Amino acid sequence: MTTAAPDHAPKYAQLSLADRLGKAMPLLLVPLLVIFGFLSIGSTSSWLTLTVSGLAMGMMIFIMASGLTLVFGLMDVINFGHGAFISVGAYVGISALLALESWTGVPSLLLNVSAVLAAVIAAMCVTGALGWGFERVIVRPVYGAHLKQILVTVGGLIVIEQLIHVVWGPDEIFLTRPEMLKGAVTFAGAAIEKYRLLAVVFGLVLFVAMRLVLKRTKIGLIVRAGVQNGEMVEALGYRLRLVFIGVFVAGSALAGLGGVMWGLYQEVITAGMGEEMMILVFIVVIIGGLGSVEGAFIGALLVGLLQNYVAFLEPKLALISNIALMTAVLMWRPQGMMPVVKAK
Amino acid sequence: MSDPILELSAVHTDIAQYHILQGVDLTVPRGGVTMLLGRNGVGKTTTLRTIIGHWQAKSGSLHFNGADITTMPTPARARAGIGFVPEDMGIFSDLTVEENMILAAASGPLDPARMQWIFEAFPPLKTFWRSEAGNLSGGQKQMLSIARAMAEERQLYLIDEPTKGLAPAIISTMAGALRDLKAKGASILLVEQNFAVARALGDTAAVMDDGRIVWAGEMAELAGDATLQERLMGLSMEAH
Repeated sequence: MTTAAPDHAPKYAQLSLADRLGKAMPLLLVPLLVIFGFLSIGSTSSWLTLTVSGLAMGMMIFIMASGLTLVFGLMDVINFGHGAFISVGAYVGISALLALESWTGVPSLLLNVSAVLAAVIAAMCVTGALGWGFERVIVRPVYGAHLKQILVTVGGLIVIEQLIHVVWGPDEIFLTRPEMLKGAVTFAGAAIEKYRLLAVVFGLVLFVAMRLVLKRTKIGLIVRAGVQNGEMVEALGYRLRLVFIGVFVAGSALAGLGGVMWGLYQEVITAGMGEEMMILVFIVVIIGGLGSVEGAFIGALLVGLLQNYVAFLEPKLALISNIALMTAVLMWRPQGMMPVVKAK
Repeated sequence: MSDPILELSAVHTDIAQYHILQGVDLTVPRGGVTMLLGRNGVGKTTTLRTIIGHWQAKSGSLHFNGADITTMPTPARARAGIGFVPEDMGIFSDLTVEENMILAAASGPLDPARMQWIFEAFPPLKTFWRSEAGNLSGGQKQMLSIARAMAEERQLYLIDEPTKGLAPAIISTMAGALRDLKAKGASILLVEQNFAVARALGDTAAVMDDGRIVWAGEMAELAGDATLQERLMGLSMEAH
């Protein structure tokens, strides 16, 4: 057989420091923002409290956004109805917690954790099933039509919000966290809420697990390849539609999980909470780069940290801090920090 | 031409408002290389994309191994034994060469004997095994694209302009790999503008014009008749 192609060993060029930093810049933004926060806030204890709070908020936003970015990347679907899964997840999870009051009201770590786990599982099952139905009934007829996707998924969001009112009533529901998740631990003079620490750890574990699935398993490879070139994945023999449905269901379940966590964080839930969160979720998906789980993770941490720091330093600016962040990132990288999907 | 592997009958394909394929009748014999020739824009790529299912035929029929695949979705056509190497190579640029190959083996793990064969055909793929495919040169990407189709046993390969824009040494490598595929008994439907490659590899040929097959026959007959080439394609293939 002819083998005329050159079989040379690769030669690696020495990249300049600026080039290397440029590549890693999205990753460096989080520590840079943390350092900026430290220098601006002055007080170590306040900075520590705000940083943990920002990281916790970021992790929860990431959990809600991760499914949405993959759904967009894989099938070019803009799903404004994603917020409904957040609300439904919160209502189902919190209802489960209220029903398990005998477990949450006693200072037993085992019972408290079991109650939260039961709430999370219930929320994820219901929102996963809801996601499956939503994809079949609402999203499937409008593949490839962005305007129709926006209209019909916003319609789905409104319908589901109203159904929440029908089932749970129109009033907001207040709740208290399980006994062992109440209160704070003191570290370096800073009071850090236990629940926020738990949210940080949980979010981190979930991100690592998601990365492992995406990088180390064949289904992860199919998802990553599908985000880049779905047609070619199908030409290799994989049914991308099935993969997409799986990702849609998983993304919906994760949104439900995020809803439970957000409800426990705020200690109040409303039917409109998902819709309100969608603004932050979309900012995270856009600045992270469409289709990128890593980008969404970094984007979520930036959004969480910045909102907390700015709210402390200049409360009036907190409302626009995330829009300003999005504007700055898009001026720097118009396709987001780590785009996977080519502009369509 | 008994027992063809693929038959297209009166296939029409539209892309948006454009009527591209206007009644394609094409027969690809089992074993050997069928060249699909014609000027730019006559519908060669659309024919391949219609066969793999990226475009659905508006009317007409496609039969693969005697079975009607006209309405079959793309993944089912691939699993039935059709491999596709698109004109843009379809490389997953953020994945490594290894990951691209793992994906190409849809039915199971990579077969070491096949990988040995692929590495012999395309040594750079071994060298850059763990590199991101997006960092490969154009020729290396084309090698990966063809290697991916070779990762599993396929009965029919649809290959769209594999030598486009490549250096002569790489073209020779490509031709060698395709010749090897042919020797293993595969059937290949090849769109190719490089006359030397077309003449060296082609057993049969079909020439397209204006969305139809306007001539089909032995490649040697077409290659040896400059007048026929002039009439069918507007210029002699030697002029390429």
